[in-house]
Amino acid sequence: MDIFQTFFNIDVLVRTFPLLMQGLWVTVQLGLCAIIAGLALGLGLALVRIYGARPVRLIARIYIDVFRSIPLLVLLIIVYYALPFVGIRLSAFLSALSALTMVSAAYTAEIFRAGIEAIPKGQFEASGALGLSYRHMMVDVILPQAIKIVIPPLTNNSINVIKDTALASVVAMPDLLKQATQAQALAANPSPLIGAAIIYVAFLWPLVAWVSRLERRFGGGTR
Amino acid sequence: MAGFVSIHNLRKSFGAFEALRGISLDIAEGEVVCIIGPSGSGKSTLIRCINRLEDFAPESQISVAGIPVTTGRSLAAVRAEVGMVFQSFNLFPHLTVRRNVMLAPMRVRGVSTAEAAERADKLLTRVGISEQADKYPGTLSGGQQQRVAIARALAMEPKVMLFDEPTSALDPEMVGEVLDVMKSLAHTGVTMIVVTHEMGFARQVADRVIFMDAGEVVEIGAPAEIFANPQHDRTRHFLSAVLNH
Repeated sequence: MDIFQTFFNIDVLVRTFPLLMQGLWVTVQLGLCAIIAGLALGLGLALVRIYGARPVRLIARIYIDVFRSIPLLVLLIIVYYALPFVGIRLSAFLSALSALTMVSAAYTAEIFRAGIEAIPKGQFEASGALGLSYRHMMVDVILPQAIKIVIPPLTNNSINVIKDTALASVVAMPDLLKQATQAQALAANPSPLIGAAIIYVAFLWPLVAWVSRLERRFGGGTR
Repeated sequence: MAGFVSIHNLRKSFGAFEALRGISLDIAEGEVVCIIGPSGSGKSTLIRCINRLEDFAPESQISVAGIPVTTGRSLAAVRAEVGMVFQSFNLFPHLTVRRNVMLAPMRVRGVSTAEAAERADKLLTRVGISEQADKYPGTLSGGQQQRVAIARALAMEPKVMLFDEPTSALDPEMVGEVLDVMKSLAHTGVTMIVVTHEMGFARQVADRVIFMDAGEVVEIGAPAEIFANPQHDRTRHFLSAVLNH
């Protein structure tokens, strides 16, 4: 058996392709849900961390630091294998989703915080001097400028979330990686794994290239 | 009698440093007051207390048009009546010039988009930059940006205008155009409090000049008196340093 028969076996790839596509669909669903939930939770955490009353600010800070320190795989295994002992039994999808969201929110919060803090103090003062309320100041003045700054790092974080969905295969989520390992066992040939790797790259490469372009465009700083 | 802008026993510290040491001051409606003095004398801090961009000691009292400058609702009411122009312009870079001027009337006063746009265009014509209305602030010169900032503050139809060294960040050739706009504004009856290093402007336009040093008001008087016949050594020393070269 030569190297092509082993790793790039067209027969096996064609046969297992539908399985891999199913896996990709699960990966995309899980990734998108975690990204959106992480963005919402992260923005809330960032606002609390910057503007909240002292005790909640501290809680937000502890949350952010803890969830940036804990390895995602460890968290995932705790959620899926440990929580049932206290009666919290989440499906594989929900376990993976909550673990990914909790970690992504912590990173997202730091990104939003950096974005908001990068807005010059004069913008807050000008808004205040004009009599704008806190809500209008944030919605009309601060966030539109902050979002421009945070789009590249947020996109980067989103790519990481999608890549991290592969860890969900350890809790038996039928995601792309899990489907590939199963297909590999069935076919007794590792080609599906190579197929999965190619699909990950083909899917994420455009996003990675897009981030580089965004970073070039916004990174220079026109003002 | 309390003035239109009334400041009583204003104290402010940054840590151990006393920036304002109990200033009391009454400014009449329609008056134009220029505050001069060396750097670090507390001039900017003083006017930033009037709309509470700076917090001040609890025993101090400031009121504008009878409204006490405190926190919450009453602060919002004061800020709607007090316009401010900053040294560094602080225009909103993501909005066009016209939108910069329209934003506060729409959000704070509930003015309609059409009316806000009409008012903005009128104000931009008044400060001489109507052709730039659709541009973004970043593409304008410093002098033009500062004139937009004046128009933005005027759009709220404030009763009091605060100017915090409005020409200090400008290239010399642009100082004149901003001072001209401020001069014409001084004749409209709006109360103006101007922190400035432009002695010519103070002499020409101010009803009263205030000389501050080390967190205190050293001397107040008509510009002719202050510039020709300063009573205090500190005033004399400052004026000779800024005027004699």
